[in-house]
Amino acid sequence: MAQDQKGWTREQVAERAAKELKDGFYVNLGIGIPTLVANYIPKAVSVTLQSENGMLGMGPFPYEGEADADLINAGKQTITELPTSSFFSSAESFAMVRGGHINLSILGAMQVAANGDLANWMIPGKMVKGMGGAMDLVAGVKRVVVVMDHCEKTGAPKLLGACTLPLTGKGVVDLVITDLGVFEIDKHGGSTLCVVELAPGVTLDEVKAKTEAPVA
Amino acid sequence: MSGKVHSDGYAAIEGVLFDGMTIMAGGFGLCGIPENLIAAIRDSGVKDLTVISNNCGVDGFGLGLMLENGQIRKMISSYVGENKLFEKLYLSGELELEFNPQGTLAERIRAGGAGIPAFFTKTGYGTVIAEGKPAQEFDGEWYVMERGLVADLAIVKAWKGDAAGNLVYRKTAQNFNPMMATAGKVTLAEVEELVEAGQIDPDHVHTPGIYVSRIFKGAHFEKRIERTTTRPRAAAAGSEV
Repeated sequence: MAQDQKGWTREQVAERAAKELKDGFYVNLGIGIPTLVANYIPKAVSVTLQSENGMLGMGPFPYEGEADADLINAGKQTITELPTSSFFSSAESFAMVRGGHINLSILGAMQVAANGDLANWMIPGKMVKGMGGAMDLVAGVKRVVVVMDHCEKTGAPKLLGACTLPLTGKGVVDLVITDLGVFEIDKHGGSTLCVVELAPGVTLDEVKAKTEAPVA
Repeated sequence: MSGKVHSDGYAAIEGVLFDGMTIMAGGFGLCGIPENLIAAIRDSGVKDLTVISNNCGVDGFGLGLMLENGQIRKMISSYVGENKLFEKLYLSGELELEFNPQGTLAERIRAGGAGIPAFFTKTGYGTVIAEGKPAQEFDGEWYVMERGLVADLAIVKAWKGDAAGNLVYRKTAQNFNPMMATAGKVTLAEVEELVEAGQIDPDHVHTPGIYVSRIFKGAHFEKRIERTTTRPRAAAAGSEV
């Protein structure tokens, strides 16, 4: 999508998601668009990135020739450490996730429902690769932000009244950022999505037409 | 010392393998996997194995080698997306698969090694993972009961170790290894450096030697990287290459 078209590009969605990062936050970023969020962390904001395989304080990718097989992120990419990094076991890592010590998780989704239900790991009938740490993250992290395309490639809505795919978590999503806008969810039994922001050139009517759940 | 030190992976597995056994294998992706022990177990031909490991290696490396050799009957994992053979065997019904959320898997192993038969977690409540498992409300929130996991054998990889079996891991190669070391009836550890007593600061020991039955210096560590991602030297920010 070019700049003069309506809606946000993947990069712009990531940039908007980066505004959810607050100074001092411990943050877990999922694979895909969520990883791009790290490129847009505001200069005035200092956050610590957690990698659920067992690291706090993820640094950037290594320089060519300096990759270390013992130093990877949860997407199995080579990364680097920072002067304040720490390493620990996966049990310790998920203790900090489950225990509510991580402030924010940003991850992708196949479907999100108005009640905060999330589906992002399994399509029945297709080969299932597994949920990895997604179920633990959405159950344990204080605030869960989903970044995704507003609709499927087929045009089918992904913001639904109720998820049709098997769930990753029940009532877990707080905020959804799509190419069309930003939507707040009441995960304690809500049934209507609340528009926080619309992407440039996008109207509320268009969003309503492309969203199965009620939007206000 | 207690005779824990063995010459290599082949010596370390002597007398501990049997068909139908359950084996825990440390590592996350290809990072921190006990590659020497995997090779020895592959060559042993032991079969009908239930393998507990976060992933199942890749085609041609890591646990993928045992898969190719038809030794694995069932996997308990959180993510298996990196292995085409796995998909083929699973879809044809030759391989059983039990998915556990990654944190639940880690905690099940930690609990098993710590003598805790079950625990409650929020993870997976209201999903297919919770089906058939007891659920209970605590302080207004619902939790699923998960069982502790133990294994007949745990195979782990550490950076340094000594004759007492004390282990030190390096960076993110730690991952599942410390919990698995505690949850095996027998635990075999391979290390890159087998050091003299006193060379590991007791304050720096990750896995105390009590959990380790046998230890050896790995003959060869390929330490294959699954996804090399780098940034050019001139650039300021990270980017995938």
